Amino acid sequence: MAPALIIACGALARELTAVIAANGWQHVQVQCLPADLHNRPEKIPDAVREKIRAGRAHFGRILVAYADCGTGGLLDRVLEDEGVERLPGAHCYEFYAGAAAFAAIAEAEPGSFYLTDFLVRHFERLVIRELGIERHPELAPQYFGNYRRLVYLAQHADAQLQEQARQAAARLGLAFEYRFTGYGDLARTVVGFYRGAARDPDTEQQTWQS
Amino acid sequence: MAELIEDDEDFDLAALPDDELVEQVHDDLYNGLRDEIAEATNILLSRGWSASRVLDEALVEGMRVVGVDFRDGILFVPEVLMAANAMKGGMEIIRPLLADTGAETVGKIIIGTVKGDIHDIGKNLVAMMMEGAGFEVIDIGINIPVETYLEELEKHKPDILGMSALLTTTMPYMKVVIDTMKEKGIRDDYIVLVGGAPLNEAFGKAVGADAYCRDAGVAVETAKALIQQRRAA
Repeated sequence: MAPALIIACGALARELTAVIAANGWQHVQVQCLPADLHNRPEKIPDAVREKIRAGRAHFGRILVAYADCGTGGLLDRVLEDEGVERLPGAHCYEFYAGAAAFAAIAEAEPGSFYLTDFLVRHFERLVIRELGIERHPELAPQYFGNYRRLVYLAQHADAQLQEQARQAAARLGLAFEYRFTGYGDLARTVVGFYRGAARDPDTEQQTWQS
Repeated sequence: MAELIEDDEDFDLAALPDDELVEQVHDDLYNGLRDEIAEATNILLSRGWSASRVLDEALVEGMRVVGVDFRDGILFVPEVLMAANAMKGGMEIIRPLLADTGAETVGKIIIGTVKGDIHDIGKNLVAMMMEGAGFEVIDIGINIPVETYLEELEKHKPDILGMSALLTTTMPYMKVVIDTMKEKGIRDDYIVLVGGAPLNEAFGKAVGADAYCRDAGVAVETAKALIQQRRAA
């Protein structure tokens, strides 16, 4: 099989690696862009385009493991130009939870602040330090004053992560809610992509010969 | 570009001549030092500066530099918020004095975050900068449905309707508001400006706004220009 490339947000590296390992896939490479790009979403489309173009020489198929991620459709324009698909939905909360489930959660309480496993693990750095709350606690109400609850969308059923998420909610003065999502549409899309790559006639020939 | 400082330095602001004091205000705004901004504001006023001159030359100009450095990726959201908080320290002193002068406003704007969206950091920055630029600002808050936008437009008859959204999922609601304005035959009565992190110019055009504003500085300049055009027509 010609190698396949997944260009991913760094926040998905662990989950993607787990999906690939669990399925025993060979010939799939994950290349990550920094998760920090979410602070400047307007930079995501060009960074993804660069990776796609650099990858074409070496990879038979490419998948972009981003959702829209705050690019307001600009990432989709790049992907249309390049003929590459991405993960479904507006953001990782949606593709983990599933579109219908996420819509229901958001509609029930627009003031919901979401965490994934990645965000729980890196809560101190990405939320407390990078938002400046560690140095200036007075900023916390400006960021979180309109939120009512913290919803932890868990990819793994991990008691330690759940407790960390609960503590994060307490720190921000928010009610805590836990929802287990597993890998949701991330896994479904990646599996579909792999099966598509494996069915490629050139790929099948090589696979048969190997 | 002002330099970010880590530690407060004891400083006798009153000993500085006007030009150096204004420069210090710019630096202190950049560093988010609210108490120093309030002190300097009072010093300038005590020296006979008009409230509008303090606002324009010291506060608004200082925030303009902050805005440029944010746009260029030198400052980030926490620093901008601290600077804005510092500016509010000056604005609290200036605001009643400006009201007393009875000066005519540049224009009136209603601003709110759309239904389903509770984010307001950007909206609040725009509101503050619009006020600093001489606009009367009616901030109607967050999670605003079309009915409320229309009620407020009817009540206040502003020049401008400003809509903000931070989510890809809520920004389409701006089209709902604008389409409803069209249905009611009031679209052309108002300038409509839209903004928010996932928005872009193409989106602004697609939903029928008069302009997309990528940050607070652009929002102020765009608002002034469009009001002037409208009044000249």
